Amino acid sequence: MEGENKVILHGTWSSPYAKRVELALKLKGIPFLYVEEDLKNKSLLLLNYNPVHKKVPVLVHNGKPLAESLCIIEYIDETCNNSPQLLPKDPYERAQVRFWTIFIQQKLYETMLTVMKSAGEAQEKAIKELLEKLQVLEEGMKGFFPDGSPVISNQNMGILEIMICSLLGPYKLQEEVLGVKIIDPEKTPLLVSWLTAINELPLVKESAPPRDKTVALLKFVTENALKSSSA
Amino acid sequence: MEEVKLLGTWASAFSYRVLWALKLKGVQYEYVEEDLFNKSELLLRCNPVHKKIPVLIHGGKPIAESAVILEYIEEIWPQNPLLPQDPYERTLARFWIKFGEDKFPIFYKFFHSVGEEQVKATKEAKELLKVIEEHGLGEKKYFGGDNIGLTDIAYGWIACWLGVLAEAAGVQLLDAESFPKLQAWADRFKEVPLIKDNLPDPDQMLNYFKLRREQLVASATS
Repeated sequence: MEGENKVILHGTWSSPYAKRVELALKLKGIPFLYVEEDLKNKSLLLLNYNPVHKKVPVLVHNGKPLAESLCIIEYIDETCNNSPQLLPKDPYERAQVRFWTIFIQQKLYETMLTVMKSAGEAQEKAIKELLEKLQVLEEGMKGFFPDGSPVISNQNMGILEIMICSLLGPYKLQEEVLGVKIIDPEKTPLLVSWLTAINELPLVKESAPPRDKTVALLKFVTENALKSSSA
Repeated sequence: MEEVKLLGTWASAFSYRVLWALKLKGVQYEYVEEDLFNKSELLLRCNPVHKKIPVLIHGGKPIAESAVILEYIEEIWPQNPLLPQDPYERTLARFWIKFGEDKFPIFYKFFHSVGEEQVKATKEAKELLKVIEEHGLGEKKYFGGDNIGLTDIAYGWIACWLGVLAEAAGVQLLDAESFPKLQAWADRFKEVPLIKDNLPDPDQMLNYFKLRREQLVASATS
């Protein structure tokens, strides 16, 4: 991003999508103004900037708004040459990264939501599905980390790390609140060491919402599921 | 020159997206028609995760997911650019491509459902078409501006498949009265020479989707 640079991110603390963009901006060292939106009372500005989805995140760069976290991240990467490179330069490698980004978004996010919002048999089924899909991800990531131990730093964290972090970064908290295991370290050791490496980064730690807020949110989501399933 | 192979099926809009992009770039390629009821070893090896078409194989290296393939083609063969040069405009193009991808299951629902569910799905599909028309296309000649781009290719299924699917499912979706701009775009898109010369046979398509619809209804009502 060159020249006069006014960057504003509209998000909510609870949105993993907004978190992705926040991480991307911080990794690139791009100064930005953060605006916390109230989703029950969306600002006119947000509705104006994202009339199609009316959602966060929205990035406003020198007055021009962009929506969709993955599109925004590619935009940030294309307009800011600072390291890290969020997507590889090589077209074939970029394609592989884009493929797995879509996989995480389309296959894992949906299943994860089902796990959180369901109970009893339905939840058991969703967990089984999640574990299977994580297995597929594990296999896919072997191509990116052939020696089995990812070393993640502020210089090499990319869009895949951002994706997996926004979904499963707080997996231990998620497991605690759900009372079930959602990641099997024996079946997906690479995934666990990858997540651990990402979670160690100071930037990731300081960007995570406070523990009690995350726990309260998770409890809210799961308790509503229990209520509706026993109604 | 590295070998380019496209694994696809004749009735698939996703397959055609890739075909159109290759043709627009003037890329020589070999087309392989897959039988989805008897998938080839090559397909299963090249797309082990989803086992779906289309797959592009370039110099022996496979790429799956049509939206990913389109970006790859754009990057490898920069002639006749199909994405805007300006990063902001490029991101808007990607936003709309993603919108179509994310909403596709909702669109497709009318074809898979019956009765009340189909009525609801048809209404939802029309609402989405309105959003695409008003916000995506607006007053532009094509989604890509004066010339077709990746977004037009990605929405090609609206121009060339939606009508057939709707007819087979017994519903009405895109019409000039309700969607004047989108219909006009669809007509223009189908007249682009490289698109016009590379479309599946409409009668064959109608028969194929009518049969699919019959099978779906039979299993839905049994």
